[in-house]
Formats: sequence, C-alpha cells, structure tokens
Amino acid sequence: MNSDAIIPVRTYVLVFLGLIMLTITTTAVAFVDLGGQWNTAAALAIAVIKALLVILFFMHVLYSRPLTWVFVSAGFFWLLILFTLTLADYFMRNIGGAPLRSAAPAAQAAPRQTREITPRALSTSEPRATQRTATVREKRSE
Amino acid sequence: MRARNLSRITCREKWNMSKSHPGLLHHFDDPEQQLDASQSGMWIFLATEVMFFGGMFIGYTVYREGYFEVFAHASNHLNVWLGSINTAVLICSSLSMALAVHSAQSGHRRQLLVFLVLTMLLGTVFLGIKFTEYYHKYEEHLIPGLDFAFKEGNPGHAAIFFSFYFAMTGVHALHMVIGLGLLAYLAVKTTRGRFSPLYYTPVEMVGLYWHFVDIVWIFLFPLLYLVGRHL
Repeated sequence: MNSDAIIPVRTYVLVFLGLIMLTITTTAVAFVDLGGQWNTAAALAIAVIKALLVILFFMHVLYSRPLTWVFVSAGFFWLLILFTLTLADYFMRNIGGAPLRSAAPAAQAAPRQTREITPRALSTSEPRATQRTATVREKRSE
Repeated sequence: MRARNLSRITCREKWNMSKSHPGLLHHFDDPEQQLDASQSGMWIFLATEVMFFGGMFIGYTVYREGYFEVFAHASNHLNVWLGSINTAVLICSSLSMALAVHSAQSGHRRQLLVFLVLTMLLGTVFLGIKFTEYYHKYEEHLIPGLDFAFKEGNPGHAAIFFSFYFAMTGVHALHMVIGLGLLAYLAVKTTRGRFSPLYYTPVEMVGLYWHFVDIVWIFLFPLLYLVGRHL
C-alpha cells in the first residue's frame, strides 16, 4: 500500500465489531434447523464474508496496488479450480466401485453384470471360438 | 524521492540513503519500492499457503459428503463454546495486529510494542484453549490410533473425521506457533528501534501472515465445529 495512506483506527474497530457479530451469528444459526444443507451454506456464506472483511481491511488489500489484487485473486482462483474440478470428479462418477454418495449403488450394479458374463460364458464354453462368442452375444441381448 | 529524479546515483549518495534508512537494501530505490516488492512476494507465499490448506479442505469436503451422518455425529463431540471463544480470541488478536501495523506506520514505537505483546498473549490464549480441547479428546478416546473408541457410527469413518480435525487444527496451530516466534522477533527489533514510518516492512508482512492464519480458522471453525448441529 502507499505509505501515505494510513487506515484510520475507527475502520479497524468497525471491522472488528463486524467480525465478532458474524461469529455470534454463525454460532447461533448453527443451532437453528434451516433444513437440508442450508445450515452448511449459511455457515460458509458467513465465513466468506468474514474472510473478505479480513482480507480487504486488516490485510489492506482494498487500499493496495492492482498488482497485489492480481496475486490475491490468483491464489483464490487456483483454489476455485482445485474445488471445482475435484468435486466434479468425485460427485459425478463412481471410483473403484466404492460409492461416496448414497445414490451410487444403482450405478454400481451395471459394471458387475458385464463382469459376470465372461466367466459364465467361459465355464460353459465349447472349444470352438465361434460358439463362445455366440453365447456371450445371447447373454448380452438378454 | 530525490534519487528517482536523478538518472545516475553516485555511490556516495547511495551510501547516504542506506545510512538514513537502515532497513533499505541496496538494490531498491527507496523504502516504498522495497515495501511494494515485499508485499508482492508475501502474497505469492500466501497463495501457496491457500493451496496448502485448500488440499486439506477439499479432502474434508469429499469425505464429509461420503460419510455425512458419521461426520455430523463426530463433529458434535467438539466443544462449540471453546471453539467460538477461540474464534473471538483470534479475531481480537487480528485487531491487535492491525493496530500494531497502524502504530508502526504512524511511528508510535511504544504503542507498537504494546500491541505486538498483546497479539502474542492472545495467540497464546488461543493455543492454550486448543490444547485443552486436544486433552479432552485424549480423555474421550477420540484420537485416532490412541485407543480410539466411537459408538454412534462406523468408528473407521469417525476416525477419518478426527484425523482431518487433528491434521487441520494441528497444522493451523503450528502456523500460530511460527507466528508467535515472528512476533517475538518483531518485539525485540522494536525495542532496538528498528522500525519507523519509513521502514516497517517486517511488521506489515508478519501482519499479513497473522491475518491469513486467522482466515484459515474462520473456515475451520464452522466446517469442523458447527456443521454437525443439524443433520
């Protein structure tokens, strides 16, 4: 920041009071049932506001040069990439057959069927390859 | 600054400048440029810290989604009141740190020392409460690997919650300890009169670090302590 721009103490105290109020709010809200995932959403929204207050005022970013803004946003932008891509991966597919979500078992059933076909086809197999492929085709069409 | 108006600075002038500002390194034009450079560097470091803690936060998010109910039950074993008090203590320490930077900027050396010591005191209170909580967890057999016992759900999944709890708060506490060391260093330098309105870069940088550690806790507190209050 510019060495001549000194933030007045009053601003710091106001931000501090805001942070304390938000801490009380977030604790109080946690004991009220908002239904579903809304409690988590509220807690995270309040945390983001608190973090913004600290970054903009206590860390002087509001009064800083554009270059500092670039570095700050780069850090959080990369965090956003980390969260978006990781969550997209974990919540949209089923890795290693171990479901992370309760909705997963339905999706899990499909690969298991295809796995079962091959051994059964092999156990009843005739020495001729053409017949073996025919049984597999039949089972698949079922 | 006079030096900026001259295309070439003689060695003699440079020596005079460095003499007038003991903190000014020879490869910077003036204290302001030096502060700008330090600030950029500090924010790059903080960006790496964001990624470091981000990895643990994403791991926690994925496992919480997977073992939602067990995580909620496990979360209810944490003491919300100690957690909220600790949040308030940390916010107070952040205000104290901000006021320390303010005192350094306006050249109040005695005030700067008072606020640095106050920040250290509040940081120590935070760590004290944190270790009390750890001790309660030890008594309740909630430390994974140390005779871990959990009855309200799959103990293996609960152990994942407590592993995240101890890893995240532990690394956060480690950052606090490092911060306390840096503050002690600043306090010693302050008593030796190293800082002035022209040179207070270390105070400002440690301030950024301290506030960052505060932000990490601002996210840890709701995610670890509060999410389990309602399923």
